[in-house]
Amino acid sequence: MAEYVLETKNLGISFGGLKAVQDVNLKIKKNEIYGLIGPNGAGKTTVFNMLTGVYHPTTGTFYLNGEELKGLPQNKINHKGIARTFQNIRLFNNMSVIRNVMVGLHDQPEFKCTLLESLFRLPRHFAVEKKMRDRAKELLKIFGLYEERNHLAYNLPYGKQRKLEIARALATNPTLLLLDEPAAGMNPQETAELMETIRFVRDNFDMTILLIEHDMSLVTGICDNVTVLNFGVTLAEGKVDEALANPEVIKAYLGD
Amino acid sequence: MAKIWNAICKVKWKHFVNYIAIGIVGLIFSIMTLTTKLPMSTTVLLETITLNIVLAVSLSLVVGFLGELSLGHAGFMCIGAYAGGIISCIFKESNIEEGKGILTFIVSMIIGAVVAGIFGFLVGLPALRLKGDYLAIVTLAFGEIVKTVLENLDLKVENGFNIRGALGMRTPRFDKETLFIIGFVLVLLTVFIVQNLIRSKHGRAITAIRDNEIAAKASGINVTKYKLMGFVISAALAGIAGVYFSFANYNVKASVFDYNYSIEILIMVVLGGMGNVSGAIISATAITWINTELQTSLTGELAVLKDIIYALILVIIIIYNNAPGLKFFRERFNLRRGIDWIKHKVLRIKHDASHEKDDESAWDRVPTKIEMNEVLSTDFVVVESTQNPDKEEK
Repeated sequence: MAEYVLETKNLGISFGGLKAVQDVNLKIKKNEIYGLIGPNGAGKTTVFNMLTGVYHPTTGTFYLNGEELKGLPQNKINHKGIARTFQNIRLFNNMSVIRNVMVGLHDQPEFKCTLLESLFRLPRHFAVEKKMRDRAKELLKIFGLYEERNHLAYNLPYGKQRKLEIARALATNPTLLLLDEPAAGMNPQETAELMETIRFVRDNFDMTILLIEHDMSLVTGICDNVTVLNFGVTLAEGKVDEALANPEVIKAYLGD
Repeated sequence: MAKIWNAICKVKWKHFVNYIAIGIVGLIFSIMTLTTKLPMSTTVLLETITLNIVLAVSLSLVVGFLGELSLGHAGFMCIGAYAGGIISCIFKESNIEEGKGILTFIVSMIIGAVVAGIFGFLVGLPALRLKGDYLAIVTLAFGEIVKTVLENLDLKVENGFNIRGALGMRTPRFDKETLFIIGFVLVLLTVFIVQNLIRSKHGRAITAIRDNEIAAKASGINVTKYKLMGFVISAALAGIAGVYFSFANYNVKASVFDYNYSIEILIMVVLGGMGNVSGAIISATAITWINTELQTSLTGELAVLKDIIYALILVIIIIYNNAPGLKFFRERFNLRRGIDWIKHKVLRIKHDASHEKDDESAWDRVPTKIEMNEVLSTDFVVVESTQNPDKEEK
């Protein structure tokens, strides 16, 4: 077992001549909640996109539990154990809540079922569907979405859509969960609830979490360590209080 | 007895509505044609209707469930028609069933489906990287290429088949009185394949791609595989429809399968409500019937009016379905409310709320209606190099 769940080495990407992210070195231990913060346009989401295979890094590489994942397509990276949520919620809007979670379960080895088995309704199709539905129901119960399971995802209130997105990401059975601004657009009460949820996920799913967030109350509340980015460069890293007290960081956020 | 009754009640009849409706209609007409001969016009109409239902349901898999706009459906049908025609000609020359028996049909159907499926794979592999309008252009071009190539192909094989360019290919024709029975069987087969696909985990992956491709990728779905799966199955079913077409006609001509035909199938899918199999069946039936009625009733000088009336009907239906001003009217007078009214007032069936809670009922809600502009939108394109990388999420 490698020392770190996620380790990036000099991770960087440039679009044409623009160096969007340079030399990001993240080291995330197991069961840690790690924050990635920085002003707008600092390249946080770009880092997420590199870690999930949307973009391929032009320099450096990254390892999940010691296995190099650079260059794999998105679905393969997901199979290896990195799941994510999105900054602006991306649910399957025209599908029911339970089906959203079942899509997340789709590629688990235990729910394998070939096309022909499904087309001709062989016994395994029914067995697999039942197993998937039961598993999805369990997840929905955990996140308090069980009652709404047959609603369209589109009709859920905002906070529940966020929760559903996390539930769907967890359905893919990841070892590392990436949350992209989970508290965006939430009121303080909802944020407090979200912090509980994130802690709950870490403890009960044995999860390591990397999150992007602008809400400092959430970052100081739950993160163990943070990395501060600005213009694609690491400004500071380490314990939350120390990193936020760094004069460079204060300058980046507030100006001179 | 009670056990059997309970078992019957337990079956979710809602899932089988399409099969039952098609089966009953098919059975009635089959009995009629076998006992008292039906007029030729009716059998031909039934033939065309079943053909168009197969095409519309198979296209709805790509347009409605996969959410990609394909305008090359007639091209795949054309390939199937020629493949099926060649097989039946070879069978005729080899003195098997005179090239118009059930065995011939099954063999040519399988070969037609496979050939069309292979073409679907070859076209889909590069084309499905494109989205919306661009995919539509490529598939449109594919249909035209197939048509033009076959129109200019002169190929004669001794003791086999004879493709005579623009004149087409002579093929043995089935008995007109009973051919539509095969048509109904094909409709059942198509509905069986499409519905079972959609109501399985594979179909769920396909609808997930339609709803949000980026999220589907991030959830571990192999997008290329499932797009190709939907596209190839749809093409293969179009191929089967083509074989059926070749059996219904003495002559298979490539010029029939022009892009107007593709558009007409697309209209059936759109009017039926995209992502709705029953809707596609109903609208394919209605449009084919209206078309045939107009063709037979408007003769001579009036024939020009046909397209105008046809277009007007389409415009009226689309306005009725989508105009915001008619929302109130739509909510008051629609089929679902009518059925509910009959249930409550006439049959006095109480609304069963516990049934709504049942998970199984979620299956029925799979095929949701999506808007045309959602299919056409180029919502999100991952650009490898962009000026402003953080703005990638619109």
